[in-house]
Amino acid sequence: MRVELDDITVTLGGRDVVQHASLVAEPGAVVGLVGPNGSGKSSLLRTVYRAVRPRLGTCRIDGRDVQRLRGRQAARAVAVMLQDPPTDFDLSVEETVMLGRVPHHASFGRDTAEDVEVVADAMRRAEITDLADRMVATLSGGQRQRVMLARALAQQSDVMVLDEPSNHLDISHQHELLSTVRSLGRTVIAALHDLNLATQYCDHVVVLDAGRVIAAGPPQQVLTPELIRSTFRVDVRVLGGHDPVFGFRRLEPATERAAERAPEPSSHDLRTESSIPT
Amino acid sequence: MALVLCLLLLVVVSGAVGAVDVDPTQAAQIVLGHLVPGMPWMSDGSLTPLQDQAVWQFRLPRALLAGLAGAGLALAGALMQVTVRNPLAEPYILGVSSGASVGAVLVIVFGSAALGGLSLNLAAFAGALGACLCVAALARKDGALSPTRMILAGVALGTLFSAVTSYLTITTSAQNVVSVLFFLLGSVSAATMSSLIGPALALGAAVVVSGLLARSLNALMTGDESAVSLGVDATRLRGLLLVVASLLTGTVVSVAGGIGFVGLVIPHIARIVVGADHRRMLPVTVLGGAVFLMGADLLARTVAAPTEIPLGILTAFVGAPFFLWLMRRGGAERAGFGR
Repeated sequence: MRVELDDITVTLGGRDVVQHASLVAEPGAVVGLVGPNGSGKSSLLRTVYRAVRPRLGTCRIDGRDVQRLRGRQAARAVAVMLQDPPTDFDLSVEETVMLGRVPHHASFGRDTAEDVEVVADAMRRAEITDLADRMVATLSGGQRQRVMLARALAQQSDVMVLDEPSNHLDISHQHELLSTVRSLGRTVIAALHDLNLATQYCDHVVVLDAGRVIAAGPPQQVLTPELIRSTFRVDVRVLGGHDPVFGFRRLEPATERAAERAPEPSSHDLRTESSIPT
Repeated sequence: MALVLCLLLLVVVSGAVGAVDVDPTQAAQIVLGHLVPGMPWMSDGSLTPLQDQAVWQFRLPRALLAGLAGAGLALAGALMQVTVRNPLAEPYILGVSSGASVGAVLVIVFGSAALGGLSLNLAAFAGALGACLCVAALARKDGALSPTRMILAGVALGTLFSAVTSYLTITTSAQNVVSVLFFLLGSVSAATMSSLIGPALALGAAVVVSGLLARSLNALMTGDESAVSLGVDATRLRGLLLVVASLLTGTVVSVAGGIGFVGLVIPHIARIVVGADHRRMLPVTVLGGAVFLMGADLLARTVAAPTEIPLGILTAFVGAPFFLWLMRRGGAERAGFGR
């Protein structure tokens, strides 16, 4: 399914947190949304899964305005992997993943054999099968994130929205999550913090700063040290050629490293000098 | 299943216990005889008219009202807990019982004539709904019902209503004070078959609605944003739940007074026993509430007989220790007590 955000402006508490943002995710493409904290990534994503109604502009999925869809219809088209959900009343992992089947049913009735199978498959993909009977509240942040992934997978939608999906995950699960999501062939829009992950897994990145789209295109072309310096206010440098492990270009902050690698400051010499009694 | 059996057993035992001597078999015969026409024991003289009257006109309506009130309050509590997504929520969280008390106390103190002939039950019902409407209006902002504002508005308004009730109570005659206290603490002793109609209808409707919504309730439990992403309109669902829970609470409070504790604790017990999934938890809540309150009423009229203990005192006295024991026991993390 093709997702098209057209000239979206989102206003929260009287402030335009997203201003005239547009982006297109072609069917099956993985689109990364990057930008500093507070740049409007989550708010823009919320318009896709209808948690926020844009003040201006429309979000269309296969040409249809999502705001005009019925709730369940929209939820069958778009699944969201949310950050931590509240756990005041706790469900087990399996029950939580089963919530992904809510849009596929009238509100009552038993889970069908198909539901059970879809849920088992989703849990297998997210590698949480052995956690099935645990209560979500007892899990670590990373495990919860995988539960939310499984829930989104069980929703069987053509479009997946991921809001900072990897912030609690260890390095192997970060890569597993994104390659799982990539391998599904669904249209994915993901807000990502890690620019290297964005480079590696996205077909297309959109850079947001202060609510505006300031650049868009293939990650290798868009995520240049110059652009990162101006939006994230940090110096980065491109590690020579290709990354030895992942085989793609890597970015790293230049400032910290530069300081680390620089020769010891001269304070050492000063100290020895000053310790010489005169 | 066990709960259903318990319920039937309690109906019979409630029929058998009291000042007029009736044994459990006779009680069962009387109940059955009124339901199924042509039973031989109804006309062969083995039962006295006094026994028949005691069971059918006093004990049975009373037991049934206790059951309905327990089921209704427990269900209303469970619904309110999801609606405001707070484990401390109970049917009275929105000032419903304080509103009902104001209505009832006005009738007790000034007489129903002063209120346009409104009966105590109707005045209490009007008070309950009035309070709930106020809270809903106060909690509404930008077309959404915020759970936090609902709780805060409910607590504030409840305090205000309680102040009115207290003022009226303290300035009225001593004789009225007893009636007021009796209402505030809750009792099903005034039950008649006709007083069952309101709660029964409300409970029936609420059971159907919440049964139909069970999956959506599970989704709402995980947060508004999560619910919306699953295709559940959180605000509309919350509004609907508010209406259902208030009608349920209002009808129960209007005939049985402010019976505390049931609505807060029975849903939690149900979660401890079967987990938080509403498809399993709601039936246990409804039946458990009925069994608990019928049992409590049986105790209320027997332990200190012939004096009757107000139901609200008994529910707290028996229920609180039981609940605390259950909470401390293993397995309570299923209800979200793991942290």
